[in-house]
Amino acid sequence: MESESFLGHLVEVAPYTGYVYPNETIIPWTVLIVVYPYLTGLVAGAFTVSSLYHVFGMERFKPVGQFALLTALAFMIFVPLPLLLHLGSPQRAFNTMITPHVTSAIAVFGFFASFYVILLVLEIWFMFRPYFVQQAQHSSGLAGRLWHLASLGSDDVSPKAMRYDEKCIFYLAVIGIPAAHGLHGYVGFVFGSLKSREWWSSDLMPVVFLFSAVISGVALLIVLYVLSCGLRRIAVDLKCLKGLAYVLWGFAMFTLVLEGLEFANVIYKGREGIEMIVEYVTGPLLVPFFILQFSIGAVIPLLVLTYMIWRGTTGRALIVGVTVSALLVLFSVWMMRWNVVIGGQEIAKTGKGLLTYQMVIFHREGLVTAVSLVVGPLFLLWGMVRLLPPWGHKSAPLAESGAP
Amino acid sequence: MTKKTKLSSVARRSFLRGLGRAATYTGALMYGGRLDAVRNAAAKSNESTAATESFPTADYDWTKHRWGFGVDATKCIGCLRCVEACKIENNVPNDAHHFNTWVERYVYLEGETKPRIDSQHDPVNIAASGTQSKYRFANRYKDAKVEKAFFVPKLCNQCTHPACVQVCPTGATFQTKDGVVLIDETYCIGCQYCVQACPYGARYLDAKKGVTKKCYWCYHRITKGLQPACVEACPVGARVFGNLLDKQSPISLFIRNNRVQVLRPESGNAPNVYYVGIDKEVS
Repeated sequence: MESESFLGHLVEVAPYTGYVYPNETIIPWTVLIVVYPYLTGLVAGAFTVSSLYHVFGMERFKPVGQFALLTALAFMIFVPLPLLLHLGSPQRAFNTMITPHVTSAIAVFGFFASFYVILLVLEIWFMFRPYFVQQAQHSSGLAGRLWHLASLGSDDVSPKAMRYDEKCIFYLAVIGIPAAHGLHGYVGFVFGSLKSREWWSSDLMPVVFLFSAVISGVALLIVLYVLSCGLRRIAVDLKCLKGLAYVLWGFAMFTLVLEGLEFANVIYKGREGIEMIVEYVTGPLLVPFFILQFSIGAVIPLLVLTYMIWRGTTGRALIVGVTVSALLVLFSVWMMRWNVVIGGQEIAKTGKGLLTYQMVIFHREGLVTAVSLVVGPLFLLWGMVRLLPPWGHKSAPLAESGAP
Repeated sequence: MTKKTKLSSVARRSFLRGLGRAATYTGALMYGGRLDAVRNAAAKSNESTAATESFPTADYDWTKHRWGFGVDATKCIGCLRCVEACKIENNVPNDAHHFNTWVERYVYLEGETKPRIDSQHDPVNIAASGTQSKYRFANRYKDAKVEKAFFVPKLCNQCTHPACVQVCPTGATFQTKDGVVLIDETYCIGCQYCVQACPYGARYLDAKKGVTKKCYWCYHRITKGLQPACVEACPVGARVFGNLLDKQSPISLFIRNNRVQVLRPESGNAPNVYYVGIDKEVS
């Protein structure tokens, strides 16, 4: 067959049942487009926690206030990568910013992402400026000069200057809330605004994405915070952990209700192609959707958290319970992204067939790439935390900001 | 001291006045200049696109055309010559997963309420042709009792409100004045958002080129006065093409003389392929 050589270029030729359009046999958006909203969601969620401290002054989140921001930045740096790796012509990626087509949701991405990265870097800079100054004073030679450079020569740490910095951090954090949530709400819009797929076309989609983003970010912080305490051999701040558990519980409840409502809407309206959707959710999607995403990923952590809040669980049991719940939530949100992105494409546009996405392991858009993109930010974060220890007091006077 | 101050304030005032005047003049000049430029451009485009280096040929005026496509499903015999002609004419990837145009077969068997649908990409049909680059419909229903059967050719609908153009992040896909939706292959980034947005499954990614492709009604031919390759190749006249602005063109007559319908009108895309002889299961 002369076309065999060409087939080698294809990422996935999806097997199908029923009737699907000929061009549908290759799934357009692969696992990398699952990774993309997953990463932005983690960013939005981590930023939410940092705002709870920096904007709303919730002192109990102090131990993770700065760490949350570093987490957001580490993951945000990785966000454009899945998109770039997915593009057929990545060398032209900047066309979206040079000549953005204003009616396209994707055209907004470059601007939103750049703005948000700049904002994060600025906020982190203000936060760590006293630390830069302190390091510059205590190191000599090249290191000292580099620290001085990091402070941009601004070495005034008088109470007046610190008050000014505080104000800047506050305003940046305030602007950051709509920026982070806008960035993620827009991702939901990318899917929700398409009328070609019944599984995506929903007004609730941006909201569902947003809420699930928040829970994934909070869950990530819980896991990383507990892990970091283990690594630093210090006790977990239970008040902080319990606060995070409350946030997780509240937002997870909202997410579950919203997702339920969205699903109910699709089924209840029962528009054209509903038979195929029902066949899909009761067939191939039964395990990933009802068992993994809803039961194991959403209902169980909610029950565990509810029980612990009700019983006033504390100590080691609290740490284990909250961490396990957080891990399950992280998994659930991943499954939600998968079921939306891949699920939507597995239901054929004809409304008369189902496709099966087959993930390739070693490929530009394969499993190994996807895993690297999800794990990569953790290594970056580890490096960032080594360079800028976020465990001290937030932009506190120098005398107070000791090592943990 | 006071005098000096007064003097300097007078000087400052006159300087500011001068600055204001200069700004006004500059602004007026620039505005005038821009108006001139706009006027020139308008004049040029009114001279017909012929005078400019216009797209795509020197003697074609896209404001005088509004292309339309008709499909008479009652005539189609499912020979798939159109599909093969299109593949050759438009360098469509030579496999069973990329098509600018395709033909669907609807077969109602006795005792069944839903049609059995397939197209040339179906593995059974590919097995019958023996290769992914030649197409035929396998005679798979020869032993069955067929109640009703028909073929439906499909292609890009060049929608009046194209969802694909709306979602393109770079503007690489755009609508021409004569109604055809084109893709600038030198500008497309290959994000495939348009592939997702098209409700008709008309678009695909050409993985070798890294850009999205689709049917464009053989724009390179129609702007030279030729017919699209599929229309030319059809042995039974099931595909009709022409200028909607010309009331005597084949497509205008086709629409006037038949009760036509379009696919998925509820999408709001306002498609421009007009069908005769399809039934409710076709979408």
